[in-house]
Amino acid sequence: MRLTTTSLVLLLALLMLAVFPFVGEKYYVQLISKVMIMAIFAMSLDLLVGYTGLVNLGHAAFFGLAGYVLAKVSPQYEAANLWTTLPLALAVCAAFALLTGLLVLRTSGVYFIMVTLAFAQMLFFLFHDTPFGGGSDGIYIYAKPEIKLDWLGMTGNPINLENFKVFYEFALVLMAAVYLFLRRVLDSNFGRVLIGIKTNEQRMRALGFPTFHYKLASYMLSGTLAGLAGYLAAMQFGFVSPEILGWHHSGSVLVMVILGGMGSLHGAALGAFVFILLQEALSNQAWFGPAAKHWQLAMGLCIIAVALLLPRGLVGLAGVFSRKTRNDEDA
Amino acid sequence: MDFYSFLIQLLNGLQYGLLLFLVASGLTLVFGIMGIINLAHGSFYMVGAYLAFSLAALTGNLLTAVLLGVTLSVLLGMLLEWLFYRHLYARDHLYQVLMTYGLILVFEELRSILWGDDVHGVAVPVFLSGSIPLTDNLSYPVYRLAISGICLLLAGGLYWLIRKTRLGMMIRAGAANREMAQALGINIEWLYTVVFALGLTLAAFAGMIAAPVSSVYPNMGGEVIIISFVVVVIGGIGSVWGALLAAILIGMSDTFGKVLLPEYAGMTTYLLMALVLLWRPEGLFRRT
Amino acid sequence: MREAVLRAENLCKRFGGLAAVNGVSLELHIGQVHALIGPNGAGKSTLTNLLSGDLPPTSGGIHYLDADQVGHDLAGMHPDRNSRFGIGRSYQKTNVFLPFSVFENCRLAAQSRQPRAWRIFRSADHYADVNVMAERALAAVGLAGRRDLLAAALSHGEQRQLEIAMCLATQPRVLLLDEPLAGMGQQESQTIIALIRRLAPDHAILLIEHDMDAVFAVAQRLTVMVNGEVIASGEPAEVRANPLVQQAYLGDEHGGRHG
Repeated sequence: MRLTTTSLVLLLALLMLAVFPFVGEKYYVQLISKVMIMAIFAMSLDLLVGYTGLVNLGHAAFFGLAGYVLAKVSPQYEAANLWTTLPLALAVCAAFALLTGLLVLRTSGVYFIMVTLAFAQMLFFLFHDTPFGGGSDGIYIYAKPEIKLDWLGMTGNPINLENFKVFYEFALVLMAAVYLFLRRVLDSNFGRVLIGIKTNEQRMRALGFPTFHYKLASYMLSGTLAGLAGYLAAMQFGFVSPEILGWHHSGSVLVMVILGGMGSLHGAALGAFVFILLQEALSNQAWFGPAAKHWQLAMGLCIIAVALLLPRGLVGLAGVFSRKTRNDEDA
Repeated sequence: MDFYSFLIQLLNGLQYGLLLFLVASGLTLVFGIMGIINLAHGSFYMVGAYLAFSLAALTGNLLTAVLLGVTLSVLLGMLLEWLFYRHLYARDHLYQVLMTYGLILVFEELRSILWGDDVHGVAVPVFLSGSIPLTDNLSYPVYRLAISGICLLLAGGLYWLIRKTRLGMMIRAGAANREMAQALGINIEWLYTVVFALGLTLAAFAGMIAAPVSSVYPNMGGEVIIISFVVVVIGGIGSVWGALLAAILIGMSDTFGKVLLPEYAGMTTYLLMALVLLWRPEGLFRRT
Repeated sequence: MREAVLRAENLCKRFGGLAAVNGVSLELHIGQVHALIGPNGAGKSTLTNLLSGDLPPTSGGIHYLDADQVGHDLAGMHPDRNSRFGIGRSYQKTNVFLPFSVFENCRLAAQSRQPRAWRIFRSADHYADVNVMAERALAAVGLAGRRDLLAAALSHGEQRQLEIAMCLATQPRVLLLDEPLAGMGQQESQTIIALIRRLAPDHAILLIEHDMDAVFAVAQRLTVMVNGEVIASGEPAEVRANPLVQQAYLGDEHGGRHG
């Protein structure tokens, strides 16, 4: 019963999102595009934090890495081919996840948090300091990758992602696809094992599950999906800089996951929406005047409040309310 | 690199490492005893530096500024513990990460409101402002030596505090077993407040004495906290002596990395950590 | 008698200066219930943890003979390897997945027997063989009627039963049962004792238990541990008559339940 209600609400939300570009202003359409990309990012992290029990504080490394791959392989003034650059970016992220995963998964608990942070920082310095990385100024991507469909007989650039509405719908489709994909994965044998590991890893091992392999697979999958988000973001903004790998970015996405409600994919997506819209509102000079410059103060206080008062996030809050009303109906 | 340049780098590495130790020892103590992972620990370093800047300008004397600053830090530590950290002892690390991340944003914005976003210098006290000539054109500033000396004194003091005093006995008992400590009549709540204030003050003090060398600037806490995490990971969580060794190791590798491989220096520290993790996933000195 | 399926040889486990298990040798045979008794702190649970792989031994060997009569050295092996070899264990402190349903607890346990299933698009509920294994394990311990409750909603005794059902669902050849009856009511205990009897013919069972009546009812072999060492081992009646055992353990307990 509850599941169908949730599905219904999600379907409705999806429909509203789909029609938004036809009614909204360009600025807001682009803002929501960004939000949906961050929702993919947040869902990818939720797979680790909410379902596998691994608190990754360096998740932006994958996001930034994929963006940098796109920036590096894009031709100077023409569009790259999405069919080659996207798989490449994802493969690089998966490889980086494999490499670092073999190290970071040797640790657990608080060590894991610190070590993931440190490895992300290592990547930050790679792009920040070395001539290869493009330095602190970042790299521009002058044209969005094209989706070539020559093999379908459509020549040219049939899906023009330079059009902000087309890009919006593209991001929406991918967000929905990632959601459905993760839903399926989490319901499979593999997903059940991850949830078991989060609940009680020792017991999972006693039952015969090689938990390290599962955690590594989860880490790689999560990193690859974060790479998808990073690729899309680099595409949208036409620019990458070391900040997208930075620890504040990792911190933000973790906040989104917990704000929305971890261990619930739509919660993570909701967290991305609320976080970015809150950020947008707090830094709105028309509303808050000079105080808007210091929006991070209010944001910081909100985060503290969530940590202390709302451990299960907004979805948990909704759960409490719906249960209350149902209890009232019973009474 | 000739001998004197090498000596200068060695002393710089030591000084940087010892400063890192002050920050990291507080981090590792607070984690080892209270089980709190504190991302905002770097902000305390920043607070110390800015306090030194303002108080030195106010009193005209860094020494007085440090004395005042330490007092304020202790009070700030007790206040923060009471207001925020206290509620997180029994909670998952995830929420500790979240809350302390929120605190970073708050501290950073308060810094921006109170002090602005400019870089400020802090004057070295006159009696420490000289240099020791090494060769005709190389000399070493006395103040940097003084920093190393003060840090070593504090490290010794910390050893004495943990090994020889009643408070240290309580710290060790509290770290080993909370229930047992309580059964022994130790007031755990008070102990936690004291340890937290101690940890915060160590970080703030490091910021204060580093201010004349590094100057004070926005986001200075962020750089320190991540390196301090690496120190704690390499040293072994909860081990103060592991932190000392790891901090000096990192101070050296960073300093010499900057001279020998300037473009890759930012990464040497993390490569060192990766190697240690391969070899000993729990750090060099595991708490027993 | 056939060769032992699990053989511990001179096992030692030290924690710092303390020898929790000191030079213990032990054999488990298919078709035999081997009971292990001793006062609290004798090292029984540590021994179980060594045999299951939850703890690595400080020294000594663990040898396992698989169904094809191939020998394996298990010392220092990880618990998941041991479990896949067919060594199942239940925990003294209930260690079930509280947020999952009773059935899902067992289904997950049974799923571990599937050859590496990386099919990530098929719902985990659609594997009939796994479901059957899980149902059987639940029925065996008498929990079939509780199938769809959350494990957290079970009584303490029922959680203990679930603990054993999860172990059974992994289709083990060797069962290491660490105080399976602790916290169970009279009737639940009888169910489990009957179950152990039923399993005995084609399993090797190590039973750690304080309930002496139960021990003497099912065990064909009895080992007594005190302070990390074996002080007696043999036929139950024989061991019971051993004056050393009576003095060290049974004597002051009058054969009753030990706290």
